[in-house]
Amino acid sequence: MTAQRMAGIGRGAPVSIVVDGSPVEAFGGESLAAALLAANIVQLRKSPREGGVRGAFCFMGVCQECAIIVDGTVQQACLVPVHDGMTVTLRGSV
Amino acid sequence: MALPLVLPFDLVVIGAGPAGGAAALAASEAGLRVVLIDESAAPGGQVYRAMPAGLSHSDGALGPDERAGQALREAIAASSVTWKGGARVWSISGRYRIDTASTAGCESFEAPRLVAATGAHERIVPFPGWTLPGVIGLAGATILMKSQGMVPGRRTLVAGCGPLLAAVAAKIIAGGGEVAAIVDLSSRADWLKALPGLASRPALLKQGINWFLAIGMARVPVLFRHTIVRAEGENAVASVTASPVDGNGRLSGGPERTFEVDSLAVGHGLVPGAEIPRLLRSKLAFSAASGGWIPVRDTFGRCSVEGLYAAGDGAEIAGALPAAITGRLAGLAAARDSGALDSARFEILSEVTLAAFRKTLAFSGAARDLMRPRPAMIEDIAPDTVVCRCEDIRRSEIEAAIAAGASEVNQLKHFSRCGMGPCQGRMCGDTVAGLVALHAGSREAAGYWTGRPPLRPVPLSMLLGEFDYSDIPVPEPAPL
Repeated sequence: MTAQRMAGIGRGAPVSIVVDGSPVEAFGGESLAAALLAANIVQLRKSPREGGVRGAFCFMGVCQECAIIVDGTVQQACLVPVHDGMTVTLRGSV
Repeated sequence: MALPLVLPFDLVVIGAGPAGGAAALAASEAGLRVVLIDESAAPGGQVYRAMPAGLSHSDGALGPDERAGQALREAIAASSVTWKGGARVWSISGRYRIDTASTAGCESFEAPRLVAATGAHERIVPFPGWTLPGVIGLAGATILMKSQGMVPGRRTLVAGCGPLLAAVAAKIIAGGGEVAAIVDLSSRADWLKALPGLASRPALLKQGINWFLAIGMARVPVLFRHTIVRAEGENAVASVTASPVDGNGRLSGGPERTFEVDSLAVGHGLVPGAEIPRLLRSKLAFSAASGGWIPVRDTFGRCSVEGLYAAGDGAEIAGALPAAITGRLAGLAAARDSGALDSARFEILSEVTLAAFRKTLAFSGAARDLMRPRPAMIEDIAPDTVVCRCEDIRRSEIEAAIAAGASEVNQLKHFSRCGMGPCQGRMCGDTVAGLVALHAGSREAAGYWTGRPPLRPVPLSMLLGEFDYSDIPVPEPAPL
């Protein structure tokens, strides 16, 4: 699943975020969940009990599937806008 | 270490979608001091969600929802309503103290009256593979497209029920994506039956017809009376299989069809997010047609707990336009109850609003009927399908807990951990209650999860702020 940026949408300035040590390009204003999807980063974390792979699911702050470590704290990627230099750790099974 | 300030208001409105926005505006026009709180940075809720700062339509072209959202945002900005965006309400106590947390810190508000307008979330009945990355909610797909300007995948299958199916499929096509198929629980006859109701709002009907035309032009296969039987893939969804069902959602044993996809958007209707009435022990009633457990309230949204009002889809699934009307009614009632509106003025204003409300009933009834829960889908969940995503609880474990004596949902939660994860039972609650009801006899007997703070999960660090261990006031030990 790779989200496709639609044509005809003005986007913010390019920003660079770091996901598990690798640079990922995105645009200002985009949510982290959307930016990760557009970069083909679909697996965000593993479920704590069975270790099943999970990705963003509801995109409205309800399901908590996209809760990952952003700049050192657990945050919901669908609610957090990207900023230049953002550091993201995809959370393994905890 | 300063203690957090509690800011006094006449009315607190939680949720800034069409319902909460209208409630706040009506009450502030009547002279109440109103604070409007929402998790998002700008008012609009999910349906009128604003594009975030930085994103815009290059040609300035706005759809009807975007225009409505812009009008709401402008009205709130021009009003005397105090706007608190980006703040998460995590606790409500007394009558009423509202505690919020945000990246900017903690703030608390106090008011004798409270409007709960927290909207709805999606019902997604579990099927094998629904936890795979790449499987997303239908409403989530609209958010990606409307507020992020992104199509969810290269090739998306759109499944579930209700008008959102056509909306999502048409938006994917317009956005340059491919729709592998539409898998619709409803039949052609269901849609025809809904048509007179949908036609009561010609602009929306026209929009719907345009969606279906776009879907037809793109030659997207539409599988009526079908459901998803499984999604498969190694680490993300790669294929989706559909099979025919009857009107109750029960598999009829017809031929399966499999589609290669990299994205599945699925939604089986909406569940009212009535957690505030639930938390405050306000009386609830179960109504399958209205989406589930809804607060008992009068025409104006007054709940059984004094000073609490419920409006919008969080009180009963009806859609954006009725939400704005029930929100306005709640705002007017709050103003009346606090004495800011005299009874004559209240009568006039509410009469006009109620007349507008009655005109919306045909449309929302038709849409609600298309989105109605199909009971057999719950019965047919396979034993090894994960029901509670947070805690990885499978149906077989839920059945085992019921067999061990869990007779209602709170006991089931204690026995199995089902619903104890970070989503606080929002994703699985409706399904789990349906499973318990199969044994308990009814949804009333199965009950609902007791509301507890925090209303939404908040990081402890956000609540503590600068507060440190050394700030804990320790009294001098008593002399021996």
